[in-house]
Amino acid sequence: MSAYKDQDPRLHGIKTKIRVVPNFPKSGIMFQDITTLLLDPKAFKDTIDLFVERYKGKNISVVAGIEARGFIFGPPIALAIGAKFVPLRKPKKLPGKVISQEYILEYGRDCLEMHVGAVEPGERALVVDDLIATGGTLCAAMDLLERVGAEVMECACVIELPELKGRERLNGKPLYVLVEYMEI
Amino acid sequence: MFVLENGAKKGEEQRLQAISQAIRVVPHFPKQGIMFQDITTLLLDHKAFKDAVDIFVDRYRDMDISVVAGVEARGFIFGSSIALGIGAKFVPLCKPGKLPGEVISEKYVLEYGSDCLEMHVGAVQASERVIIIDDLVATGGTLSAATRLLERAGAEVVECGCVIGVSDPKVGCNKVNGKPLYILLEPREVENDF
Repeated sequence: MSAYKDQDPRLHGIKTKIRVVPNFPKSGIMFQDITTLLLDPKAFKDTIDLFVERYKGKNISVVAGIEARGFIFGPPIALAIGAKFVPLRKPKKLPGKVISQEYILEYGRDCLEMHVGAVEPGERALVVDDLIATGGTLCAAMDLLERVGAEVMECACVIELPELKGRERLNGKPLYVLVEYMEI
Repeated sequence: MFVLENGAKKGEEQRLQAISQAIRVVPHFPKQGIMFQDITTLLLDHKAFKDAVDIFVDRYRDMDISVVAGVEARGFIFGSSIALGIGAKFVPLCKPGKLPGEVISEKYVLEYGSDCLEMHVGAVQASERVIIIDDLVATGGTLSAATRLLERAGAEVVECGCVIGVSDPKVGCNKVNGKPLYILLEPREVENDF
C-alpha cells in the first residue's frame, strides 16, 4: 500500500524534499537522498507522524531498524508508539551474542545481525528502512525476526522503487510506503 | 558537564539511574581490555530510552538550536529524536562514501591509523547554532572532527551531547575543541546482569 495514492496532503511536501542524486553509488542509479528531507523539520515530522498514526494502538512492541538510515526513522516511531527499538546491523558492530542472516546482492553477499534476546517469541514487529529497492535487505531483516519467533506485521519505508519489484519479494508480508519513485 | 553535577531536577536522578541500569557492559569488545558500553539494551526499555531523549530535549529546547548533527551510526539513534523534539534539522555525519551529494571531509586520528567523517555541503548555513550528538565520548577524537566539520561550514557548535562519557578530566574528555560537553552518565566498569 502506498500512502501517496491516498493523497494525504503532507505527502507532497515529503516527496519534494527528497533529493535524487544521479549515478550514485554507481552509473545508472538514481539515488534517493533522504538527508534533504531531514533538513525540513516539518516534513521530517510529517514523515514520522504518518507512520505513527498507522501503527499506534496496534499492539506493536518492536520496531526493528536497518543500519544506518533505518536508525534515523525507526527510533522516533518506536518512541511514539511505545515500542522497543532494535537495531539490525552489519557484521561485527553489535557487541553481544548475535544471530546473522546472509543475503544476496547484485554482486556478492552481505549479512545482517541482531542481538540474541532483543526480541521475544510472539512479539509483533515492524521493520523500518528509508527505502525498499529489490527487497533483499528487508527479507533478511524479516528472517531474523521470524527466526526468534516474532511476528512481522509490516515493513515500512519512506520510499519504494516499484520497478525493482521489492514488494513481491516480501513473501506476502505487507509493505507500507509513503512515496514511490519511478524513473519514467 | 554532567547532568548530576548541574543540580539534577527532582526525579531526574531516578531517571538517570534507570537509564544507567539499562545499559549493558560487554567486556573485551571490540578488543581485550575494553568494557564496551552497549546502549542497545537501553533501546529495549521504552521508558528509559524516552527519558534519555527527553533530558536532552528539555535542555536544548530553549537554546535556539536549529541543527542537531548526529554521528553515524549510534548518534543517529538519539539525534533524530532529539531534533524532532526541539524542531531542528537533523544532519547525519557519516563515514566516507555514504553521503551521495557533495561533501566536506574531516580526517581524525585513531589509536591505530585514522578515519574520516563527512557532511553534505549546504546542510548547514553559516551562523546556525548546532549541537552534536553521539552515544558515547571516549577520547573525543570523533566529536572533535565533527566540531571542525560544522565550524568549517560556518556554524556555531553550542555543545556536544552524549549519553555516556568519563567525568575525570585527567582521564576523559570534558571539552571538545573548547566546546562544552553535556553527558548523562559515566561508563560502568563492571559487567552487569543481562
